[in-house]
Amino acid sequence: MAKEKKTLSTNHLSTNHPLTIEEAYASRPRLWWIYTLIILIVAALLGWSGTSITYKGLATKGITIAQGVGYGLIHPDTNLLFNLTNEGVPFQLLQTVAIAVLGTLIGGILAIPFSFLACDKIVPKWVSVIFRAVILGIRTIPSLVWALVWIRVTGPNAFCGVVTQSVCSIGMICKMYINAIEDIDKNILESLDAAGCNGFQKIRYGVLPQIIPNFISTVIYRFDINVKDATTLGIVGAGGIGAALIQCMNSSRWSMVGAYLCGMIVLMIFIEIFSTKIRTRLARG
Amino acid sequence: MKKKTSDTAYREPLFDRIFKPRTITLPNGHTVKKPVSRVPLITVIVIAVILVSAKVTEFDFGIILKRGYQLGYILGRIFHPDWSYFGADPANTSKLFSALLDTIKMSVLGSVIGATLALPIAVLSSTNINKNGIVVWFFRILLMVVRTLPTLIIAKFAALIFGLGTFAGTVAIVVFTFGVVAKMMYESIETIDMGAFEASESFGANKFQAFWNACMPQILPTYLSYCLYSLEMNIRAAAILGYVGAGGLGILINEFIGWRDYESLGAVLLALFVVVFIIENTSQYLRKKLS
Repeated sequence: MAKEKKTLSTNHLSTNHPLTIEEAYASRPRLWWIYTLIILIVAALLGWSGTSITYKGLATKGITIAQGVGYGLIHPDTNLLFNLTNEGVPFQLLQTVAIAVLGTLIGGILAIPFSFLACDKIVPKWVSVIFRAVILGIRTIPSLVWALVWIRVTGPNAFCGVVTQSVCSIGMICKMYINAIEDIDKNILESLDAAGCNGFQKIRYGVLPQIIPNFISTVIYRFDINVKDATTLGIVGAGGIGAALIQCMNSSRWSMVGAYLCGMIVLMIFIEIFSTKIRTRLARG
Repeated sequence: MKKKTSDTAYREPLFDRIFKPRTITLPNGHTVKKPVSRVPLITVIVIAVILVSAKVTEFDFGIILKRGYQLGYILGRIFHPDWSYFGADPANTSKLFSALLDTIKMSVLGSVIGATLALPIAVLSSTNINKNGIVVWFFRILLMVVRTLPTLIIAKFAALIFGLGTFAGTVAIVVFTFGVVAKMMYESIETIDMGAFEASESFGANKFQAFWNACMPQILPTYLSYCLYSLEMNIRAAAILGYVGAGGLGILINEFIGWRDYESLGAVLLALFVVVFIIENTSQYLRKKLS
């Protein structure tokens, strides 16, 4: 604001009187060409992307399917919804959450050494570059591909989902851990030094209290994502609710689809509220 | 928070009422209460959750030790990508690149449409501009439900309804972007300075004019940066949508894994890696400029 005023007054130095409203309005910053450029670029991108995406009308059974989905969501299969056997919605949801819990925990623990080794304030530059590349590589391979690769090792079961999520989570968790480590306030360590603390005490009272809330908050945030991810891992056979859901979708059993979807929506909303609550408490300290 | 405790009698949390805090008398006669540590309780809960989860998922670490070499074998083949997909073989190259371009187009188109749709809904669901509580909560619950649906499931529905192909993928990305951007936007609209909005209204501007002139300049940079962020996410998401028949690289990924052709899979992943890397860096650069 102050800068703008200054440039305005230098422009009108010759007139040597305070700006009238009209003059200030006349010399307002004009950015129309930037907006035009941005709009042109976006329009060009849109035109280019529109070239290969064409609407070919509904599929032959499109309307019946859309109706079926709507019907299923309104009339979920209550028998399935409250069935406590292995096929029922509660068990499937429990399995989905269990996959996410273990996957996130293992991922969160595996990420600790990775993030310390990828933080260039702690290790030499070349070490951190190597580990950053590894983390980027892990992040780029989509979780579905990880699941398909791990299935060859563990077979199609819920354990495959756990292993997949442990590996996939490392990427994002590391990124946020590194930020937390780099933000450590070094002054506290110096004052602990001055108070005569040894190395162990410095870590215990200087480093851990600063990073642990951040780490826990990151892990809970990732848990939120992982629960959502775990529902889709089932599509490739890695356990969780996805497998049953896709089977029902393929065989057009819409009320069962509705039951699974209702369960999923309720679970996800519940987990989101829960994780936001814990994270705000952690942030406040 | 503080005010509340001084007005009404302070009620200790349930935990402190069960495990009474230790009272310490200081040398100057004051007493302070030291609550019992919550760590043991949290540890017990976490361990119980882990045990139940391990039971439900049939956790068996031995199988990784026994068959882990399989992973090394597959990863080894993925890291030796089939270079014929990058120019050497015209048929393969065009196959890979048309899928790659489809993925990019799907995510660009989906991001733009989704983000455009998100803006009005975000305005309608922010409490400081829309004073009608029922409408606000209707849209918030709608957004919450939309966000809980995984992209792959939406893509599967879209593929069933609109037929296989890129259109279904675009629909899935539109829905996903819409949910995410609208949520982030209403959260940031609620933090803007409303003084200019009220001033414009007092000058006789209607709600739309006031919003356009007073609020848009404040939220535009955030909005654009959320759009770019969602584009980043969408490229990754679009890459796997083909797995359920919604076009793009996922079709190739599905095909190559089915044939156990891991060298070709490596080529696909390499192409994806390069694209994601370029788009992420460009968008992060632009986002830094915007903030």
